Amino acid sequence: MAHSYTPGLKVTEKAIVRKERRLPLKGTVVAQKGEYVKADDIVATTSLPGDVERLNLAGKLGVPAKEAFSFLKVKTGDEIKKDQVIAESKGFFGLFKSSIPSPIDGFVESYSEITGMLTLRKPPKRVEIDAYVNGKVVDVIENEGIVLETPATFIQGIFGIGGEVKGILKLVAQTPDYVMKPQDITDEMKGTIIIGGSLVTNEILRACVDRGVVGIVAGGINDKELKEFLGEEIGVAITGQEDKGITVIVTEGFGQMTMAKKTYEILKKNDGKRASINGATQIRAGVLRPEVIVTYDVNTPISESKHSEMGMDIGSVVRIIRQPFFGAIGKVVQLPHQLQKIETEAYVRVLEFQFDDGKQIVLPRTNVELIEE
Amino acid sequence: MKEKNLITRILATDCGSTTTKAILIEKRDNEYRLIVRGEAPTTVEAPYEDVTKGVLNAIKEVEELAGVKILNGENIIKREKNEGEGVDLYISTSSAGGGLQMMVAGVVDKMSAESAARAALGAGSIVMDVVATNDKRLDHQRIKRIRTLRPDMILLSGGTDGGTITHVVQLAEIIEAADPKPRFGAGYKLPVIYAGNKNASQDVAKLLDKKTALYIVDNLRPTLERENLQPARDKIHDLFMEHVMAQAPGYKKLMDMTDVPIMPTPGAVGLLIETIGKRDRIEVLGVDIGGATTDIFSFFQKTFNRTVSANLGMSYSISNVVKEAGLKNIMRWVPFEMDEKDLRNRIRNKMIRPTTVPSTLDELQIEQAISREALRLALEQHRAMAVGLKGVQKERTISDAFEQSSSGSTLVNMLTLNLIVGSGGVLSHAPRRVQSALMMIDAFLPEGVTMLTVDSIFMMPQLGVLSTVHEQAATEVFEKDCLIRLGSCVAPIGNLKEGQKAVTVKFAGEEHKVNFGDIKLIPMELGKKTKATIIPVKNLDMGIGKGKEIETDIEGGIVGVIIDARGRCPFTLPTDEKSRVEKLTKWMKSLNVYPEK
Repeated sequence: MAHSYTPGLKVTEKAIVRKERRLPLKGTVVAQKGEYVKADDIVATTSLPGDVERLNLAGKLGVPAKEAFSFLKVKTGDEIKKDQVIAESKGFFGLFKSSIPSPIDGFVESYSEITGMLTLRKPPKRVEIDAYVNGKVVDVIENEGIVLETPATFIQGIFGIGGEVKGILKLVAQTPDYVMKPQDITDEMKGTIIIGGSLVTNEILRACVDRGVVGIVAGGINDKELKEFLGEEIGVAITGQEDKGITVIVTEGFGQMTMAKKTYEILKKNDGKRASINGATQIRAGVLRPEVIVTYDVNTPISESKHSEMGMDIGSVVRIIRQPFFGAIGKVVQLPHQLQKIETEAYVRVLEFQFDDGKQIVLPRTNVELIEE
Repeated sequence: MKEKNLITRILATDCGSTTTKAILIEKRDNEYRLIVRGEAPTTVEAPYEDVTKGVLNAIKEVEELAGVKILNGENIIKREKNEGEGVDLYISTSSAGGGLQMMVAGVVDKMSAESAARAALGAGSIVMDVVATNDKRLDHQRIKRIRTLRPDMILLSGGTDGGTITHVVQLAEIIEAADPKPRFGAGYKLPVIYAGNKNASQDVAKLLDKKTALYIVDNLRPTLERENLQPARDKIHDLFMEHVMAQAPGYKKLMDMTDVPIMPTPGAVGLLIETIGKRDRIEVLGVDIGGATTDIFSFFQKTFNRTVSANLGMSYSISNVVKEAGLKNIMRWVPFEMDEKDLRNRIRNKMIRPTTVPSTLDELQIEQAISREALRLALEQHRAMAVGLKGVQKERTISDAFEQSSSGSTLVNMLTLNLIVGSGGVLSHAPRRVQSALMMIDAFLPEGVTMLTVDSIFMMPQLGVLSTVHEQAATEVFEKDCLIRLGSCVAPIGNLKEGQKAVTVKFAGEEHKVNFGDIKLIPMELGKKTKATIIPVKNLDMGIGKGKEIETDIEGGIVGVIIDARGRCPFTLPTDEKSRVEKLTKWMKSLNVYPEK
């Protein structure tokens, strides 16, 4: 019997979630293996090298590159202050001296006798990374970060914008197909992550930002409105760096999309609990999907999720992810392995899909995704 | 690897960013032929994050369709003799995981930096940025850029051998100050290839040896009038295998499975295009439109060129096509009225679920509209890069070198172009071949007489790598099973009033008249070649002057001969929606492009 590997999003009420928390550069790991950490705890720190400033020393002194070095009043590694004289020519009987002031606060990095360039570096910037979720440190990556594990509710969205934020989940949509209105967003929602229904509009996003809502999870968003909110068109699907004052996670896709019942029910159950969310999405090269994580007490027993490594099979529950019937959920009833002709006249591998009401249709296999049971 | 004459069953895969394709080739009746083809979604996404899963799945499909056992669990069965199970040779290409992403640096942007970019592009890489001492950026801006880009490797060049070393050392200092980190794997050093003035090698090594994995190769521009790209390209290929592929999810496993090193997909396709141009002494334009990138290969004036438009593609990069072309330019090819909001959402949904395929006619037409703009933009970028001296070890005079930097005139000439080869999902898998023909005509606007072909089932990458180890098998399959000849396109240059008599084409005792603004299909069977007389009216040009008739060969194909009298230089579409839809519908009906609804 044929089966198929079909990319699906994880939507699980209880799972063991592993999170790697890694510094962008090597640094110091503060957390210890076996330790329990809270989401806001700092687990590793480092210093990002400061920006570089290059100075044409030989040119400024009007001497050959090989000679300019002897006019330096500082040496490699020295700390320097802005406007401090770092090089000075001898002049003529003490007159007509040229003094070169430092353009920055920082350090002397190097001088090149070939190019006559002096490289200065601004002070390092301190970078700290927190645990992001409560959990147990199960591994320490030397000088780089940690891996932590926690029992948690874990929901992957399909697309998002904005980076990591934490906040209390606040249910706004009373049904998964609800379309939020601006008056639904109130001042009391400051610092929360709201659970919307089928559509988040530009108007809602602006209302959320105005009222200090830090995150929003909804079924769909119109691309046109997203563009209006961001002020620019998204080209390649690499997001997470947007600095718009809110993290947005879309669970189903673009357009008005009723949130999948399972996703909605799980989020609803977690109304009032603290969640960690991240809108970062990278569909190409490395694949990153946005996520919502609500952790349980670390001792909560969890049976490992049975996300099928074998992929789709007869009886699998799947969601249609392309027009027509976008978003519909049903069961796979047949997986014929012969290619079949579809409306476009293309011959593709298909599956027979059954809606809840028993109606059946034939679809390209690649147009469905697995829903984890 | 077995001896060549003992190889009778070959398995080849290509791991694209969206789909992994597998083909099975067998030697039957003394010739190599394609037997079956299988495909499966590429599995770089969670929860799999292992490229070999997609490979095995595509191979399983091949097993099912061919009725041959190839896999034993997760291992490919290698045949000892000619037993029923297994294969004799397994090869693969790959562009998954974003392909090879490089940054190049050279002293002068139009000289060594441009040569370095050509070396990188020719090796199958995406060039993320070109740093040059005259690129009008300040040092700290260059340093910031290098730091944020995180390329897979850097190619540094500059200075002729024996010339001044200051400028190239300055570039090395910038790279050193940036202390760049590779895209994959925090634990290893970023590979930097130095291919500049040999006299500066020691100084460059002093600067970069500690912070990067430095490799020194021969200067790629040893003198002003000479380019020597091969040593740098070879090193790029080696490092692609050692560093980049080894870091991508599942590739270590895949590398162990293949009999020869995995080749970057564009490198393999380029090899085939160059071979066709050289062998048949013709000018060729090849295109490979993928999910993430679009590659254009050309062979004009005996010079091979390749460019890659890193963010023009039909799935991951589909939204970027909209961003770069503008929604209006996409909508001009959609043969029905459509709401902008709906179109935007559909395109975005393809971006976030890149492996889906159109299952309705409307969806197919939208995808094919987008592909026209992706192809058009990719050719525009190719035109800008395919200038001046190219390829390996080409001698030229100093005056030519200066002309290149000042004029930048393109080698791409749509009039002298003989052959277009289309490849990539949207062209190879178009349900009707005439759809591929029209997509290429609309996007590239060939002039004069041009033969149109497509890669039948998108297997040029596999055949490209196969040609390096078994040329006979690659050639036989390419000729017989891969290249589908669609037919000649006849397109006079110029414009007239709509409906005026435009061109008369006489062949095989028949006369075909086409009015301006029309496109006509004349059936002519595959393999048939004939002399034709083409007589344009006095304001149109077939290449030798307005109104002058030409006598030339035209060739039939799966589609037939297409006479395109819709105008060139410029080609325009009506701006009001109603007339535009009517026009598109008329052309599409005339060529029988889509089934009746």
